[in-house]
Amino acid sequence: MSEQDVTEVTVTVNGTEIEAQSGEMLIAAADRAGVHIPRFCYHERMSSVGMCRMCLVDVDTGRGPMLQPSCMVPVSEGMIVDTESDDTKRAQEGILEFLLVNHPLDCPVCDKGGECPLQDQTLAYGPGESRFIEEKRHYEKPIPISDLVHLDRERCILCDRCTRFADEIAGDPLIQFTERGNSTQVLTFPDEPFSSYFSGNTVQICPVGALTAAPYRFKARPWDLEENESTCTTCSMGCRISVQSSRNELVRYLGVDVESVNHGWLCDKGRFNFEAVNSDERLTSPFVRDPDNQRQLLGTDWGSALASSAEAIRRAGPQKVGIIGGSRLTNEDAYAWSKFARSVIGTDNVDAQLGDGLPAELVLGLPPATIADACEADTVLVIGPDLKEELAILHLRLRGAATKGRTQVVQIGAATTGSDSYAQRSIRCQTGEAAKTLSELLSSDDPLAKQLSDGSVVVILGRSSVAESVDPAVATAAVIQAELPHATFLVAVRRGNVRGALDMGLAPGFLPGRTRISNPSASLTEKWKQIPEKSGLGTSEMLQAAAAGQIETLILLGADPLSDFPDRNLAADAIQKTKTVIAIDNFATSSVAQADIVLPATAYGEQSGTTTNIEGRISRVAQKITSPGSTRDDWMIATELAWRLGGDLELTSKEDIWREIEQVAPSHAGITLERVQSSEMFEGILVQQSSIDLALPVPKDTPVADGYGLRLISGRKLWDAATTTEQSPSLRHLAESPSIKVHPNDLQRLGIPSGTEVRVISTRATENLTVTADDNVQRGTAILPFNQPGVGANRFIDATAVINDIRIETL
Amino acid sequence: MNEMTGTPIAHAPGFIANETPRIVTARFDYEDSHTLERYEATDGYQALKKALKKTPEEVHDEVRDATLLGRGGAGFPAGVKWGFCPPGVWPRYLVVNGDESEPGTYKDRLLMELDPHQLIEGCLIACYAVGLSQCFLYIRGEMAVAQERVAQALNDAYGAGYVGKNILGSEFSVDIVLHWGAGAYVVGEETALIESLEGNRGMPRLKPPYFPASIGLYGQPTIVNNVETLANLPWIVQHGADAFTAIGTESSPGTRMVAVSGHVKRPGVYEIVNGTTTFRDLLYGNDMCGGIRDDNQLKAFVPGGGSAPWFTPDQLDLPFEASQVGPQGSMLGSGAIMVMDETTDIPAAALTLTKFYAHESCGKCVPCREGGTWLEQILRRVVTGRGTARDLELLIEVGETICPGEFPHAAVPDKGIEAVPFPYRMTTICFVGPSAFAPIHSALTLFREEFEAKVAGNETRTMIEVAVDV
Repeated sequence: MSEQDVTEVTVTVNGTEIEAQSGEMLIAAADRAGVHIPRFCYHERMSSVGMCRMCLVDVDTGRGPMLQPSCMVPVSEGMIVDTESDDTKRAQEGILEFLLVNHPLDCPVCDKGGECPLQDQTLAYGPGESRFIEEKRHYEKPIPISDLVHLDRERCILCDRCTRFADEIAGDPLIQFTERGNSTQVLTFPDEPFSSYFSGNTVQICPVGALTAAPYRFKARPWDLEENESTCTTCSMGCRISVQSSRNELVRYLGVDVESVNHGWLCDKGRFNFEAVNSDERLTSPFVRDPDNQRQLLGTDWGSALASSAEAIRRAGPQKVGIIGGSRLTNEDAYAWSKFARSVIGTDNVDAQLGDGLPAELVLGLPPATIADACEADTVLVIGPDLKEELAILHLRLRGAATKGRTQVVQIGAATTGSDSYAQRSIRCQTGEAAKTLSELLSSDDPLAKQLSDGSVVVILGRSSVAESVDPAVATAAVIQAELPHATFLVAVRRGNVRGALDMGLAPGFLPGRTRISNPSASLTEKWKQIPEKSGLGTSEMLQAAAAGQIETLILLGADPLSDFPDRNLAADAIQKTKTVIAIDNFATSSVAQADIVLPATAYGEQSGTTTNIEGRISRVAQKITSPGSTRDDWMIATELAWRLGGDLELTSKEDIWREIEQVAPSHAGITLERVQSSEMFEGILVQQSSIDLALPVPKDTPVADGYGLRLISGRKLWDAATTTEQSPSLRHLAESPSIKVHPNDLQRLGIPSGTEVRVISTRATENLTVTADDNVQRGTAILPFNQPGVGANRFIDATAVINDIRIETL
Repeated sequence: MNEMTGTPIAHAPGFIANETPRIVTARFDYEDSHTLERYEATDGYQALKKALKKTPEEVHDEVRDATLLGRGGAGFPAGVKWGFCPPGVWPRYLVVNGDESEPGTYKDRLLMELDPHQLIEGCLIACYAVGLSQCFLYIRGEMAVAQERVAQALNDAYGAGYVGKNILGSEFSVDIVLHWGAGAYVVGEETALIESLEGNRGMPRLKPPYFPASIGLYGQPTIVNNVETLANLPWIVQHGADAFTAIGTESSPGTRMVAVSGHVKRPGVYEIVNGTTTFRDLLYGNDMCGGIRDDNQLKAFVPGGGSAPWFTPDQLDLPFEASQVGPQGSMLGSGAIMVMDETTDIPAAALTLTKFYAHESCGKCVPCREGGTWLEQILRRVVTGRGTARDLELLIEVGETICPGEFPHAAVPDKGIEAVPFPYRMTTICFVGPSAFAPIHSALTLFREEFEAKVAGNETRTMIEVAVDV
């Protein structure tokens, strides 16, 4: 049914007339009218299957009342519904009795007990006692169906929710019904675990305790849980979640269903990395480098650590200080640091991105699109990272829109991606040449060219490979701006609150509120008093300057350049040559271990504030537990340091900071603290306004391949060596140890069998790695994922090159 | 199987001729009835040639005028069903339901084994009339001989130009694809059959849409017809609708095939006149079953396949006419008559049938999946002498969750029991769940004393007592 055909119809439910839309299912219309019909298999984000029969109600469409499943019956004009008739009640009692005949009723030891739809609906609609005296069905319980999910088939009521989710929503149909009749059961295929990035959702939507999550099993009882509504900051998608704790320890995140963002779904990385917050490896007190033994950090007190930090900053002077990082921070913390850098230190050397994102210019200045825009656009053009790996829920949303035929996804890139399965077209190009390919496509008579120029287009633009500089992405943006002026952009920068950090001015040349440093607002000038006149250095330039001995004090604000900056050699050189490295972090990452002063910060779930997602939507981050040891909020560290440097940020609370942001950031004007604290924040407040006059930098050309080497492609994987993943016991073993993937023909040409160890040579390094033949890899290219355990791709990458080539040799 | 009869069946009964006009069984007497030579020598494919000279609409009208009722069980007029295809939506498919698995039914098997060309010609006529370009012949997985013969016949028909591109030099082209079932009773339900054909689990689809004619195989308009229904088409086209309606009654014209099993002297498949032949004619007629074995008394019979409510000798004079059988509390269904004589252990017979339906539940909806097995467990307890009076009530109570309200049953004038007309209401998606309850309900309503004898003297026990016993 097309949208034009939808008409209003009137339905009588329990004697009250309600308005509904033709075509919608009765159960949904009743929900909106506040009439609850019990259900197990029905889920508003998935197609109806009518299996559990719990939602049977008396429906009269002129032929007398008949029991009908309300999840399968579309409303029609004049329909009379009775959800409380004797027949309905008898059916509900009967179905519940049936569901319980083989249910083990092991509620006292079941994770679901206390929040179980089967338990609750049995209490509300059940018969009170069972007449079943036979032996119940027995299965081995529980069995692991993946590393993260356990299945108890005795508890399962076969509602098809998990199997439907896996097939319909996640696109990973790895769990299925097997056997039939009374022996029907959910199972994986032999030797094929349910290794979906989205497996945790099945646990959340299971209406009984059949599916349990390994990280939460037996951790808490639902009635002991406290929860706060918050936003996941694992990536920049900004999925709304409920953060739950018990005894001051995070134990579970649940997805919250908001229409604009995640529809209630979460990726497993975001869902389960709460374990890292509880890690024993957390930094809980400050450290300084031992003057007698440079290889060792000594515990110290905050006073000394802050004094040493302030001294190092003062000694270096504004030109020789650099601040890298800030995307871990809330908007408020980022603002405090932005203000501290400019108005107290006097430097513009700040960058929240680690040389693997896109210029702030593009992030803040390209015409913006929302996630919903993408899901409704005629065409979504994906030229960037593998969304399934980097922005998993965006992948899920796009997949949903594409499989329902609402949008057509076109992907252009050098490597296969998770989007290929639902893309209308996946166009392969050489790495670094997406702009050229797109430009050729648009000037051809391919019907896709017309589709793109005539219809609405949302571009998801990002770095296709970390081994590529920003230039190819900039060139792509330039082609789209010129040829498809109606296109809007969702810029695929990946880190948690990177968008918010850029909004708050943690980028060289930019001030809070999406303004350039050359054009500060009057209120900002008044509050900040001092603003550097010239643009400072970005992360890449800062590290180059540091390696050249031109940076004396480097502040790592939740940044780990040794792992995350594309060029490990440059980062290592920079850290080594910098006199004082001050690290503010949650964990002793490899970069933090090299620092001279370490200041422990509070982590997610321990701090409140706001965060901004990929589309510019501001939503709430909630504090749920108290932070360990003497950890402090990042903004407090900024104010303390400011005070020690003779300045005063005049910020005393997060609320204070927000009030100031609202005053000084033009894009955020009108978003008052009252609004930020109101129910409006459930969906989040979308900020799309930007005063940036886009002036795209001139991109460097992609050099021609030499024919001897292979072009290196390095994307990220959902499971990698990220700190929060490594610090989560349930997740840390999920990353595969990397091998470099090459097309079989290229391997044959080199005379190397798949699976052997080879020497990989780039301008930066020579390392031994296992090589695997993979015919999904284009000829002439080699794929090595970024930030994996073992030999990472960042050893091979030269951050100053547009494209990185490697050679492979036998040992 | 032999909980019901007590004696083994050496081989499945075959076709037995009688004095009825032979429409679909005309060639059954020939040894080589399944060959193309015999088919062509006995007017074979003449109806196709005749049809191709008419317009599709004319052929469709002929079938509609013949009031050919579907022979699969529901008895819906084929000509009307064909008309449900939404106009202008292509492609459309014909799916032949040869997954005959209703207990007691084995007529389609004979049609496929003994006259496969007649079925193929029927398919071609249907495809021509409705504008279908592709036909899928779904044959039950266990029917090895039928599969072989239909496959051979199809090869021969392709070779002779009856099937394929530009049939007999006309513009009309059809491909017929064979598909073997994998052993699920529920796939006889047309939407489950479509699911199975698509390669999915054989589970019924949810209604609406009520007819696959609007959304069927691969989401396209699909006509699903039974084997016997299609086998009637060559005769109807050849002899005209008037000749067809001249046989039988106005509302149930033509002949129909019935399969009789159980305690009669001559069990087998019979072609009988629709609408007028009575159950007495069939079971006692000298040219038909010839009476009850050993001249025993008839105790009960199932008039329309294992899922139909039972009849007793009181209903023997009812004709094969849906409008008369329905009000008396049962259905004609697939034309399978199962006969039980006075020696039959009624509760055990009911258990045999209930066990079948519980086993065949696809597991999709709760009442069938859980209720069917539970019914079987209770009934088994009763049959093996471990049940109590409470269990007899429980059987009905559990059944009422599957089929709310009064369940249809026959009248028992001696006991003052009045008939409850067909059909029943149900909380399940399809008829498998109610079918598990139907034999229990009939047996318990019509022969309650046999159940009471089984539970006499047994005390109602608590759950713990039962558990200890187990």
